[in-house]
Amino acid sequence: MLKDVTIGQYYPTGSVIHKLDPRTKILFTTAFVVMLFFLNNLWGYLATFVILVTITLLSKIPVGYIIRGIKGLVLIIMLTVVLNLFMTPGTTVATVGPLTVTLEGLKVATYMALRLIFLVIGTSIMTLTTSPIDLTDGMEWCMRFVPFVRRYAHELAMMMSIALRFIPTLMEETERIMKAQKARGANFETGNIISRAKNLIPILIPLFISAFRRADELATAMEARCYRGGENRTRMKQLTFEFRDGTSLVLMVMMIVGLYLTTMIQIPLIFPV
Amino acid sequence: MSVEIKNLSHTYSEGSPFEFKALKDINITIEDGSFIGIIGHTGSGKSTLIQHLNGLLTPTSGTVLVDGKNIFESKKAELIQLRHHIGLVFQYPEHQLFEETVQKDVAFGPKNQGLSDDEIDQRVRQSIKMVGLDFDEIKDKSPFELSGGQMRRVAIAGVLAMEPSVLILDEPTAGLDPRGREEILAQIKSLHSQKQITVILVSHSMEDIGKMVDKILVMNEGEVIFFDTPNHVFTEITTLESIGLAVPEVTYLMRRLKEKYPEIREDIFTVEAAKKEILKVIRGS
Repeated sequence: MLKDVTIGQYYPTGSVIHKLDPRTKILFTTAFVVMLFFLNNLWGYLATFVILVTITLLSKIPVGYIIRGIKGLVLIIMLTVVLNLFMTPGTTVATVGPLTVTLEGLKVATYMALRLIFLVIGTSIMTLTTSPIDLTDGMEWCMRFVPFVRRYAHELAMMMSIALRFIPTLMEETERIMKAQKARGANFETGNIISRAKNLIPILIPLFISAFRRADELATAMEARCYRGGENRTRMKQLTFEFRDGTSLVLMVMMIVGLYLTTMIQIPLIFPV
Repeated sequence: MSVEIKNLSHTYSEGSPFEFKALKDINITIEDGSFIGIIGHTGSGKSTLIQHLNGLLTPTSGTVLVDGKNIFESKKAELIQLRHHIGLVFQYPEHQLFEETVQKDVAFGPKNQGLSDDEIDQRVRQSIKMVGLDFDEIKDKSPFELSGGQMRRVAIAGVLAMEPSVLILDEPTAGLDPRGREEILAQIKSLHSQKQITVILVSHSMEDIGKMVDKILVMNEGEVIFFDTPNHVFTEITTLESIGLAVPEVTYLMRRLKEKYPEIREDIFTVEAAKKEILKVIRGS
């Protein structure tokens, strides 16, 4: 059940996308996310869709696996769509009881839904194709260019990699504790909200205790191996920028520029500009 | 309660690159009141198997019949009822403790069964005593200030308090000192003989299992290799060794002795039995 959460998971296939330098992927994903909010017509979303499909195919990750990641967000997407659909003022297209659907509402709702879906897919492709270690190495490099954060780049990256490392562990732990309490007759499936919340106590307390215990053990293990932060620390695996990273960077810049150019198209697609 | 496992298979993360066949077509029948030991290497499917017996895991194919009834066809409420009768003590059960006091924690199970306060109190007292702890001394302590061995006992008491007719224990002695191990095993043994309940004990140690159980289930890579009495299983030394298991030390000794004294029996796995047999052979000659 909990294992179905795909956000933040790594899915190794050894494809071209997997082999790319994490820095390239992080930069592209950031630019991509920013671009998503600039898009102002369906041509742009069409182009985004084509780009995402191409990357997905190149990454060799099953499409179903990526789509599963959106499932958890269906509620948020639905809420956004419904709110935008009825709350945007403009030309009325239809009325449902006291509520009116406007043409503008329809447009905004569609854009928002597409934006959210592409946002999730785009970022999950990054985490699915980049191992947590690569990801934090890339992040650490990127943080070097941010003022104020720069000083703590290593510490932040270390915290992040530890956090990522422990997501599956804690999930397993949760499932184990849940099963143990179920075996003692606990019931998590029925009852009203209050009794359900109360039923979480037998899971949360052991989980907290085990998280603290693990943190403590990890800290001791790190100290025993003389860990003392980022200063003068060298790495076993240096990030190297290879020919394919250069090529992909050029391609990525072209894609982002292409996406930006779509905002200038004046020919309407479905919705008037 | 009799438990019948029929064509049971379980695959984790089916259809993903992490797919793992944990159980492959298991068929065994566990009779009412018997004492079964499950042994196998890490990853052989022992823990997966026992989690099917009270419906915590749903099989990929096959089924489990408890008293002739298919548990995976029953409703949720019935499944929760079933868990009152099939007690499962997980590995490192002390990690499931959560209440402020030992008494409250042990009472969690019986409370979920919807018993009266008097009944709960009585069961808590009884089960704490059963695991060899002093009720009055320990009842108001926080479970987190106890020693590891005491925590383990309290956690086991938490399952015993539900008075299950089938008790499953997943490596109840893992990580305990030799004395704690002996004591816990002795308590399980006496529980079995006193209350006539079915006990299923998962263990790594052939020595522990050999002297306690009626039948041993040997598993390897999700398959049943043997399901027989200790006498029979322990004669299959080559097969056991090929799957990374060993027979008790004393069985090896008996085998060596047989090279010198052909009349000696080698299907022996406890020190006491070995002593008797050796004396018999020496006195006989």
